[in-house]
Amino acid sequence: MTQNLRVKSSEFIDETNRISFKFDGKTYYGFKGDTLASALIANNVHLVGRSFKYHRPRGIMTSGSEEPNAIVQVNPNSNITEPNARATEIEIYEGLEASSQNCWPSVNFDIGGINNFLAPLFPAGFYYKTFMWPKSFWEKYEFFIRHSAGLGKSPNTRDPDIYDHRNIHCDVLVVGAGISGILAAKNAAKNNFKTLLLDEKNELGGSTIFEANEDNKINHNSASEWLKKEINELKNIKNLEIKTRTSVAAYHQYNYLLARENLTDHLVKKDKKNKIRQRLLKIRAKKVILATGAIERPLIFNNNDRPGIMLSSAIKKYSNFYGVACGTKNIFFTNNDSAYESALSLHNKGIKVEAIIDIRENSDAKIIKKINDAGIKIYWAHTIVDTRGYKRLSGVSIMKLSNDGTSVTGSKISISCDCLGIAGGWTPAVHLYTQSGSKLTFDEERKIFFPKTDTKEQISVGSCGGDFELNDIITNLNYKLKKFLNINKTDFEGITLENDHETSKRNIWLLPSDQTIGKTKPFVDYQNDATAKDIKLALREGFRSIEHVKRYTTTGMGTDQGKLGNMHALGIIADTAGVKMGELGTTTFRPPYTPLTFGTIVGRNVGEFFDTFRRTPMNDWHIKNKAEFENVGQWKRSWYYPKEGETMHQAVQRESKAARKSAGILDASTLGKIDIQGSDASEFLNRVYTNAWSKLAIGKCRYGLMLNEDGMVYDDGVTTRLGENHYIMTTTTGGAANVLGKLEDYLQTEWPELDVYLTSVTDHFATASLCGPNSKKILNKIIPNLDLSDDNFPHMSFKEVLIDKIKCRIMRISFTGELSYEINVPASYGEAIWQKCIEAGKEFNITPYGTETMHLLRAEKGFIIVGQDTDGTMTPIDLQMDWIVSKKKYDFIGKRSLYRSDTMKENRKQLVGLLTEDPNIVLEEGAQIVSELNQKPVEMLGHVTSSYFSPNLNKSIALAVVKDGKNMMGRKLFVPMENKNISVTVANTVFYDEKNERLNA
Amino acid sequence: MFLINCPYCGERDQQEFKAGGEAHIERPKQPTELSDDEWAEYLFMRKNIKGVQFERWNHAHGCRKWFNMARDTSNDEIKAIYKMGEKPPTQ
Ligand SMILES: [Zn+2]
Repeated sequence: MTQNLRVKSSEFIDETNRISFKFDGKTYYGFKGDTLASALIANNVHLVGRSFKYHRPRGIMTSGSEEPNAIVQVNPNSNITEPNARATEIEIYEGLEASSQNCWPSVNFDIGGINNFLAPLFPAGFYYKTFMWPKSFWEKYEFFIRHSAGLGKSPNTRDPDIYDHRNIHCDVLVVGAGISGILAAKNAAKNNFKTLLLDEKNELGGSTIFEANEDNKINHNSASEWLKKEINELKNIKNLEIKTRTSVAAYHQYNYLLARENLTDHLVKKDKKNKIRQRLLKIRAKKVILATGAIERPLIFNNNDRPGIMLSSAIKKYSNFYGVACGTKNIFFTNNDSAYESALSLHNKGIKVEAIIDIRENSDAKIIKKINDAGIKIYWAHTIVDTRGYKRLSGVSIMKLSNDGTSVTGSKISISCDCLGIAGGWTPAVHLYTQSGSKLTFDEERKIFFPKTDTKEQISVGSCGGDFELNDIITNLNYKLKKFLNINKTDFEGITLENDHETSKRNIWLLPSDQTIGKTKPFVDYQNDATAKDIKLALREGFRSIEHVKRYTTTGMGTDQGKLGNMHALGIIADTAGVKMGELGTTTFRPPYTPLTFGTIVGRNVGEFFDTFRRTPMNDWHIKNKAEFENVGQWKRSWYYPKEGETMHQAVQRESKAARKSAGILDASTLGKIDIQGSDASEFLNRVYTNAWSKLAIGKCRYGLMLNEDGMVYDDGVTTRLGENHYIMTTTTGGAANVLGKLEDYLQTEWPELDVYLTSVTDHFATASLCGPNSKKILNKIIPNLDLSDDNFPHMSFKEVLIDKIKCRIMRISFTGELSYEINVPASYGEAIWQKCIEAGKEFNITPYGTETMHLLRAEKGFIIVGQDTDGTMTPIDLQMDWIVSKKKYDFIGKRSLYRSDTMKENRKQLVGLLTEDPNIVLEEGAQIVSELNQKPVEMLGHVTSSYFSPNLNKSIALAVVKDGKNMMGRKLFVPMENKNISVTVANTVFYDEKNERLNA
Repeated sequence: MFLINCPYCGERDQQEFKAGGEAHIERPKQPTELSDDEWAEYLFMRKNIKGVQFERWNHAHGCRKWFNMARDTSNDEIKAIYKMGEKPPTQ
């Protein structure tokens, strides 16, 4: 029954621009400027979804971001569909498709609707209670619940849209462009503050812009006309940036706010292309002015959720702003004067208003007379006790309220209608204010939480600050603004203001019905289907804290965070428990204020930009030579170089054999390198390493082990003495940044008297590590005039030489146990020196090898890898590296901890070698080790830390940490796996060349 | 997200900084003279109070200098920032 409810042309709607869109598969028409909600209402479509738990038909309730019901799936048939979009915020465009959510199989016939009749089975805490039931029960219901519950469906392919981030620094940020926000921004900018004004809507002016109340006047003109002129003037103001369709999601400490700017969602498909869809604004503001307005409250009464029941203010906006009537026979139900404005607005447009039901005894506002003159009947001191109509409201029943407001009396009056506007007063939108860490105060008389304190950095103005009437808004704004911006005068000071004044107030959080509460459905949270009954049940079951009641009943836990009903929940708790609302406090409002897309949050940091990759100067060569890469920290390191048809295992076995038989070459550029200079450099090294450094001769290298203050191994590496006061330290690849940080920390905070300077030079040098018995011959070909004899260039020493005028630092050090040389050159010559080595090594079948072979070769030698064989609980003694701990040094980092009773304990886990009984079985790294197979519970003695098949020994080898391992040499242990137990023997950690003869081969 | 006034660089976003735990815990000059308990006191025991706490911060993505901060942990208000070696403010 499509019907046109467009009642009057509106200046905000472009009726020359007709737009077609689809909702639930059916084509409708609207105009440019419509939201999906206003366009649907114009087509007399109110039923847009089903509720979460009972699957009750639900209609559009509001006109803004607080919408609990009209949440829809956008582009439902696309794999980049978006769930949970609010129909009240979606601007329609040609080709828009949307559908209802949470209904199966369709919005008009919904299987879950049966839950409505099974309601006694779904009380508060239903899900919690169900989860605690026997598992078998849950499984029976799982299919049913999964099918009929849940909000929307998620997209299943990568988001093709572009998102962006932008940092903004400003003097004054104004959030909300209603009358207060506009005046605040204008005056800030005019006084030379760099100002940013944000509003979530596409039009400036908030609710004043479509105001039609003849009693609200500024300078004897209508408030809306006056404001339009003010908005017009904004264009000419310097220092002012305005962003519409931009909603602030989060307000963090120190005036750091996150906002989402929506750039293309309202555009037709071809105009969206190649444009940034949404941008996250990261705003640091010196001062923030919150002008976020207020949200109208519903009233809580029996069956207050039928399609056609809407907020009174929303009905006014649909009629005044969009030119759409929400119904043909309207009723308003109110506890304040604002509903009368909405009613009069409809009446003046020729839309029928049947009656106004007011819970108050009377009101002396001027507007009452106009309503009476219009012939609209007012039922004073009445309440709605029930409503009718399943998929659309068809009528209400009203009764007289008792004096104390807890019951109803007299006879029931039935009135038919197709739209009901409810007006329960106003809740200041203090969400952002509280996110910033500021505290609210409760006004018992007006029943509102409002901002308690303005600070030098933040104020709340307009209705979010607790001012609702024009006169109060403007007067307080003027006063607050002058103080906040430290200015003498505002440009609106002295304007004349006229407005109606509300004097009569009455508030009843839960309106009574003629039926007992058990038989009623007074919804408090529409989205989560929480009723007043559920809240009372939670209190009966012993919940007291508001936060607990919220979680138990799920009140306020939907995507709308209960923007409409939270105050009523608090009120009902306070009334039922007999406490004051102010003492109860509020629940916490957490960011985001409205949901954000993941795209906005991550911005450009997707794919290869997710994290920084660091590549060595030889990277291109590795790629050309088909290396497989592994990530080590942020580095991309060559893992192995498979030849045609080779598996990883085959490649690693070949590389390992070649390195020991003839020559191998490894890109070691990623090792951390720290340049250490200063007259106290030797003393500094003495303090940070476990071994002694004072006597290291210039030109010599030494392996060092670094501990944490708790005595546990932290990092290791070779440090070379380049000069009297000059060292170059190497660290592990992953530990480089942390080691530098730790050393700087000690230098700056514990030992500022030391003359030492640290510089990270990791990226300045490229390192090619030549290894194997033929490495000396290869190096000799490259540098013929360098004497490579053991006398001139022994193991653990260093030479500085020129290769083709390139200054090289060559260290004769070894991580494989083979004769080997590390050639360090300035990074830009990295690839050149690598090529040179490859060329010179050709006749020796020089084999490039990656990290996997490096790990295997060092494991054959029993050399540890910090972070693989250690895990922050291993001391050097646990690693059987007692030799590296100086007994003579008075102190070094971690020394004292090595003598703590715990670290000296005998049966700590210690590093040992493991050999499998069957030499072909390779243990899994991380596998547990036990001594008894049938023990229950079995005692875990330790675990395997490194494990490989050694091609040079032709058997599997492993390193492991084992409890009391030092005393277990030769003991048989077991590694129990899922389907077998592997027998192993505890062995020495050094499997290959125990006497280190190959270093000088 | 704090706005931290590095004593060497000025106001910068918290992202540039690294927190370094409680301040004014001096490394003992003669660790070997200490009992296990005394050493453990230095090594492990840290305050975690509601109220003004003195802590170390490092401008890790900036000048890399360490400095001290007095921060009210109940509302994250930064009460004072002062250099290493300086005495904590009394108020
Ligand atoms: Zn700095």
